Amino acid sequence: MFVAPAFAASDQPAENGETHSATEAGHGAAEAGFPPFETATYPSQILWLAITFGLFYLFLKRVALPRLAGIMEVRRDRIAQDLDQAARLKQESDEAIAAYEQALAEARQKANEIGQKARDAAKAQADETRRAVEAQLEEKLTGAETRIAEIKASALADVGTIAQDTAGSIVQTLGGGSVTKAEVAAAVKAAR
Amino acid sequence: MASDPIHQFNISKLVPIEIGGLDFSFTNSSAFMVATVVAAGAFLFVSTASRGLVPSRMQSIAEMTYEFVANMLRDAAGSQGMKFFPFVFSLFVFVLVANLLGMFPYFFTITSHIIVTFALAILVIGTVIVYGFWKHGLGFLNLFVPSGVPGVLLPLVIAIEIISFLSRPISLSVRLFANMLAGHITLKVFAGFVTSLSAFGVVGIGGAILPLGMTVALTGLEFLVAFLQAYVFAVLTCMYLNDAIHPGH
Repeated sequence: MFVAPAFAASDQPAENGETHSATEAGHGAAEAGFPPFETATYPSQILWLAITFGLFYLFLKRVALPRLAGIMEVRRDRIAQDLDQAARLKQESDEAIAAYEQALAEARQKANEIGQKARDAAKAQADETRRAVEAQLEEKLTGAETRIAEIKASALADVGTIAQDTAGSIVQTLGGGSVTKAEVAAAVKAAR
Repeated sequence: MASDPIHQFNISKLVPIEIGGLDFSFTNSSAFMVATVVAAGAFLFVSTASRGLVPSRMQSIAEMTYEFVANMLRDAAGSQGMKFFPFVFSLFVFVLVANLLGMFPYFFTITSHIIVTFALAILVIGTVIVYGFWKHGLGFLNLFVPSGVPGVLLPLVIAIEIISFLSRPISLSVRLFANMLAGHITLKVFAGFVTSLSAFGVVGIGGAILPLGMTVALTGLEFLVAFLQAYVFAVLTCMYLNDAIHPGH
C-alpha cells in the first residue's frame, strides 16, 4: 500500500479538520525537505564521497588496474610469442618441403639417367647380335650361291657332253656315216 | 511515509558524527558509497585474482570495462590522456556501480543527490583547470580563444566560451542527478499506481496491469539509463580532459 493513504486523503475531502491538517503538514514537510536540496546533509555526503571515492581511486590505481594491465600485457606478449613461433615453424616446414622437392627432382633425374643407360646398353647389345646374325647369314648365303654356281657350271658342262653324245648317235643312226667326236663337238658348240 | 515517491531519497543518520558544528554523520548515503566502492573493488580484485591467460567470464567483464574506458579516453584525448586513465576508470565504474546498485528495491541511489554528482563534476573540472594551468601555464587560456575567428567577434566568442566552460560542471552534474532522480521517481509513481489501483477490487486489479507493464518497461529503461549516464559522464570527462591536454582548438 504505497500510495493508498495519500490517494485516500485526496479522494475524500477532509471529513474532519484533523486529517486535513495532518495531510497538509505532511505535504509541507515533504516540500520543505526535498532531500537532494537539504543542505544540512551536504557536509556528510561530501566527506564520505571524498573518503570512499579517494580510497577507490587509490585501490584501482595501485592494485586493480596494474593487475588488469599486466594480465593483458602478458596475454599480448604470449600471443606475439606464439605467432613468432608459428612463423618460425612455418618457415622450417617450408624449408623441409623445398629440400624434399629438390631431393625428389634429383632422384627423378637419376632414375631417368639409369633408365636411359639401360636402354642404350640393351639397344647396343641387340644391334650387335643382329649384326652377328646378319654376317653369319651373309656368309651362309655366299656359300650357298657358290655351291649353286658350281653345280650349275658342272651341270652345264654335262649338258654339252650329253648333247655331243646324243648328236653323235643321232648322226650315226640317220646318216649312217661316222663323224668324229671333234666334229660333233664343234657342231654342238656352233648350235648353242 | 512509504507512499511518498520522494521518500526513497531521504537521508537517515546511521552513526551521528558532528565536527565543528557540521554534520558528518555516517548516513545511509555513506553506507551505499561504501557498498559501491566495496562491490566494484571486490569485483575487480576477485575477478582478476586468477590472472587467467584465457579469461573467465568475470575476468573478461573486467577486461572489457578496461578496454572500453581505455578506448574511450584514447579516442577523446589521445595517448597523452592515458595518464588520467585511473581517474576516468574510477569515475566511470563508481558512477556505473552506484547507478546499478540504486536499481535494487529499497536501495539508496547516491547519484540521485545533486551534491554528490556536483562534487564529482567539480573534481573533473578542477582536475582540468589545475592540470591545464600546470602543464600550459597561461597558455591554457587559449582554450577560450578559438582560432580563425575574426577580431571583431573575438570578445563575444571568448565570452561565450568562458560561459560554456563555467556551465560544464553544472551540466555534467545536473544531467546525472536529474536522470537518476527522475527515473526513480517515475518508477516509484508507476509502482504506486499498481498497489493503489489493486486496492479497488477486481476492476482495479485489471486496471493495474497497465502501470505494472509500465513499471517493468521503465525498469529496463532505467538499467539503460544507469549505464548510459555513467558512460556520458565518463565521455564528457574525457573530452574536458582533452581540453586540458590540448588547449588550442
